[in-house]
This record gives sequence, C-alpha cells and structure tokens, in this order.
Amino acid sequence: MRELTFVDALREALREEMLRDPKVVLIGEEIGVFGGAYKVTRGLLEEFGPERVRDTPISEMAIVGASAGAALAGLKPVAELMYMDFVPIALDQIATQAAKMRFMSGGALKVPMVLRTQYSLGRVHGSQHSQFFPSWFFQIPGVKVVLPSTPYDAKGLLKSSIRDENPVIFVESGLLYRTKGQVPEEEYSIPLGVADVKRPGKDITVVAFSRLVLEALKAAEILEQQGISLEVVDPRTVQPLDMKTIIDSVKKTGRLVVAADDVKTGGLGAEVSAAVVEEAFDYLDAPIVRVACPPIPVPFSPTLEQAYMPNSDKIANTCVALLG
Amino acid sequence: MLPTLEEIPHTEYSNLGLTQEKAHQMLRKMLEIRRFEEKVEELFLVKGVLVGPSHLYLGQEAVAVGVLSALNDSDLMVTTYRCHGHALAKGVPAKMVMAELFGKATGTCRGIGGSMHSAIYPKVGSLYATAIVGSGIPISAGIGLALKHLKDERIVVSFFGDGAANTGAFHEGLNLASLWKLPVLFVCENNLYAMSTRVDRSVAGTEIYVRGATYGAESQAVSGNDVVAVYSAAKAAAEKVRAGEGPFFLECRTYKQKGHGAYDKGEYRPKEEVQAWLGKDPIQGFVANLKTAGLLSDDELREMDSQVRVIVEDSVSFATDSPVLDFDSLSQYVYA
Repeated sequence: MRELTFVDALREALREEMLRDPKVVLIGEEIGVFGGAYKVTRGLLEEFGPERVRDTPISEMAIVGASAGAALAGLKPVAELMYMDFVPIALDQIATQAAKMRFMSGGALKVPMVLRTQYSLGRVHGSQHSQFFPSWFFQIPGVKVVLPSTPYDAKGLLKSSIRDENPVIFVESGLLYRTKGQVPEEEYSIPLGVADVKRPGKDITVVAFSRLVLEALKAAEILEQQGISLEVVDPRTVQPLDMKTIIDSVKKTGRLVVAADDVKTGGLGAEVSAAVVEEAFDYLDAPIVRVACPPIPVPFSPTLEQAYMPNSDKIANTCVALLG
Repeated sequence: MLPTLEEIPHTEYSNLGLTQEKAHQMLRKMLEIRRFEEKVEELFLVKGVLVGPSHLYLGQEAVAVGVLSALNDSDLMVTTYRCHGHALAKGVPAKMVMAELFGKATGTCRGIGGSMHSAIYPKVGSLYATAIVGSGIPISAGIGLALKHLKDERIVVSFFGDGAANTGAFHEGLNLASLWKLPVLFVCENNLYAMSTRVDRSVAGTEIYVRGATYGAESQAVSGNDVVAVYSAAKAAAEKVRAGEGPFFLECRTYKQKGHGAYDKGEYRPKEEVQAWLGKDPIQGFVANLKTAGLLSDDELREMDSQVRVIVEDSVSFATDSPVLDFDSLSQYVYA
C-alpha cells in the first residue's frame, strides 16, 4: 500500500469530499493563496476556485459564525482555525451558537460543519500557540470532537466529519503533520465514535489520544523487551467517546493508563478514568494513572517544553511503576 | 451613506404605491404584536403564568412590520432574544410562539428554546434567534454566503439592537459580509438602550449607521416609529441587496416602551423621554395618518383590533392546553 504524510491524507480527504459534494466549501485564514499555514489546503484554490476555497480576514468569530450560518442555509463548510489557541476567540460561535442550534430549535435546524484546527505542543511555539483543550467540549453537548493519530485515520475520519450533519471539531496535532502511514488508494471512511485498538496486549491498557498514540506504541515496543505487554487503545473521537472498547480492554488487562497532551486537571484522562471507575471498578487491579501535562502553561524553551510534554519514556515508566 | 429618512406624511402614501390593502395588513400585524406583547406582559406580571426572561417588543412594532412587509415571504431572517414581534411579522403562527413561551411541546422549538428563541421556525424562513448580543451578525453573513454560493435569489435580514454595535462579532461579521458582497440586510433597531445603558454612554464616535458605511456597505438611518418610512427604506435597501450590491445597513431609530425584560420597569429612563416617545407611538401615529388620508375608518380599526385579540386569546388557550415534551425525548434533539 502507498504511504502518505498526515498532511497529504488530510488534503486528499478535503479534495475527495469537494469533488463529491459541491456544497463543501473551505473557509479560513491563509488557506487559499498561501496554501494553508501547514499546506493542508495547498492546490485546492487552484483546483476549486475562490468561491470554494475562501481566504478570510483574521476574524475567528466570523469564520466560525459564518460557517455555522452557511451550514444552516445549505452549505457544508469546513472552517480552519490555524491554532487551537484561536478557538477561544470564536468560542461563543462554537459552544453557544453552533452546538445549541439544533437542540434549542427542537430539532428544526441542523448544522453540518467541520472546524479543523491544530495544536502545536512540541513545536516550540510558546504559551499562546501550543494549547490543547479538547476536554472543554465534554461540557458542550451538541458538538463532536475528533482526534486523529495516523494518516489513515485522519483521512477516513475527516471524510466522515464532512458528511456528518453536526458541528464537528477536528483537532490535528502539528507534530503529526509530517508523519507517514499507509493510506489505500480506494475510497473509505471511518465512522465517528469508534475506537481503534492500535496494538493488542494483555498487561496494561493504555488509552492514548492524538500524537500520544504514537508515543504509546513506542512505549509498547520498549516494554515488550522487558516482557510487559501494553494494549494501546486510540479512541479517535472524544465526543462521542467509545467507552465500550476502552472498558472491554480494561476488563482484559485490569490496569489502565490514560495518556493525553492536555493539562491533567479535568482533562481527557479525568473523564476516561471516571467513566472506567463507574462502569468497570470491579475489573481494576491497580489504580488508574494519567500521563498528561502539569497544571502550568506551556513554556517556550525547547528543553523545558520537552520536559513538560508527555512522551514514550513517561508512558513506559508509568507502566513499569504500575506493575511495580 | 444615504440621507436619513424622517417620518413620511400621509400625502406621500399614494406616491409610494402603498395600497389600502397593504396598509391594513401592516396595521393588523402591528396590532397583533401589540396585543400579543401586552398579553405576555400580563401573564408575567399580573398572573405569574410565564417565567424566565422575556423581552417585550412594545413600541418597536413598526420596525419588524415595516422591514418584513418590504421583503418577500421566502426571504430568510435572523433575529435576537427580543424576537416575538419578528416572529409574528414573519408569519410564525401566534399560537406556536405563545406555546414556546409556555415551554410547551407545541411551541416553535417544542418548548426547548423558550422566549429568546421562540422565533425559530424555518418553515416561514425564520431561521435563527440568538440570545447572545451581536452573535447573529456573523451567522447572518454565513447565511448570505450560502445564498450567494447556491445562486439563491433570496436575501437574509438580520435584526439586532444598538448594543450589538459594540460587540466584536458585529465588526467581524459586517466586514466579512461587505468584503464578500453577501446578500444581507442588516437592521439595527436602535431603541436607545442596551439593557439600561443609553447609547450616549456606550456608542463612541458618530451614529451607528455610519459604522455600516465604514465597512463599505450602503447605509441609512430611518425614523423607526414610522412604519411607512421603515417600509420604504427597507424596500429600497432590499432591492439593492437583491441586485448583488452587497449588504445594506439600516438603522431604525425607535424606543422600547417598557424596560429590558418584562420584569424591568425601566425606571432609569427620564420621565420626559418616556413621555416624548410614548407620544410617538408607532401604532397611534400610523392610525392617525391612515384616518386623515381616508384609508381607515373607526369600524375597520375596531374590527381589526377584535380580530387580533381573538388570535392572542386563542394562542393562550392553545398554549395552556398543550402538553410538555417528554423529558426522555430531549436527548434526541442534541445531534442530527
């Protein structure tokens, strides 16, 4: 099978869906003439024209609000916010508008839009360009949240997100953009809300999100040599969260580590842990442990940033300690 | 920027092509809104039947009726939490708006939305009503974008208040709509107060409609208590918007006769100011003009008023007798 980078897989998904459905339009800063800050949309302006690939001013509220409005009136917009740090600028339009439209209209409205964004933790971007807060959206019923970890998943999940009839927040990791993986030539999509067991194992379940799926797989390689077998579960979507796959895994291994790039307090790991305790307490043989960032903002210094971030060593060490 | 349009004397009505039938339609709708809102206020304050926020449209009837009478029925609308008047003027059945205020399953939003979203009824083009000040402006731009992209002949009208003119969403949305020449008629209902804060304590610089011109949109202010002036300005504006000239910004100068919400007596307003504006009541003014012009008799007015009172009374009975949605069904409305 051919290999594609994460960026190329995303672009293929956008292009295929634009070819499939003329109502799909792209809206965002620097996505057209410049080809996207990370080149995800490169070439699409030339192929589809400025009506379907719309460069915008630096107006995040307008990007998201106009996308929601366009979705109400029959388009399928894919908006891009260059950094997840820019999401709060537009948060009213996401959380209080797009997420609520269907519900508070009693089901009369639908909002088929995607909000693509990326977080740059690990790319030396400092406190204001590295934030990652997908767990905020646990408090916002009405949106779906996707965190792809491989080029294959990125393409298949983005296609499903565009076809979905709800607002979908699609969060990419900037560190993953140049990673490569197998992506088939033929058409496929991946349903939202279905986790993927990226590596089967028997001793510890590691639920890892986004970039940390790759780090967890590295940790599994390291620990295999020590006779420790990790099962790596990639939820792929956070909302809806496929708790069944996670709990089935925990029932098998009896131990759970949750790894995510967000701040530990109230983060993805907190929700997964609580849900596992509620639903599978009797199957746990050890405390649940979270690997995440400390409750401080992201520092700039590359050395400090590396120390701040979760990685394969931290995951591996946590697993060893858990079996201790 | 176009010159401000003041009250239009009744002697001009025939030149404007305002037929008696159209004038009666407009007056009947204004009366329906007036009686509806008076009933809502009574149900809140006197009877304690209604609860939660409810923002009355009393005194502003000429704006919703004037603008929406100038548009096609098929055009789309975005409004705000002060939306009962817009809903009725757009053709949402009064009984469904009332049932929504009662939180009943037969309401426009099945009782899930409440007063502040009670105008949402896509069947008549009433697409959205938002309770966050200014937030409807980028959304309206997006609706305009879809209409333009789909080569749809319709336009979207976006109602908001003077308070919205100071939000970031206003400026971002207006800039985008104008930059992309989107078919949006922005209607700022300047009722002098954002909650209790008067425009002279909140709007810097010159007048609000100038802000439309700043972004390259054609803009105009109009006497918002004269339904014929509003109708006339909106008709001309809509033609420009429909012709693809981009958005139009219309500031309608009006007054909320009551406070911010049904609970608010509006005591922060100078008595002279309130009296002066009550003297410019949009319904009394229109009635007087029509009578002088020989377009309305006392009998016709009485007949009209009793018709709308029946509509309002029926809406209350309908809402009262309607059931509340089953709680277990709520989750099915979160996602499509």
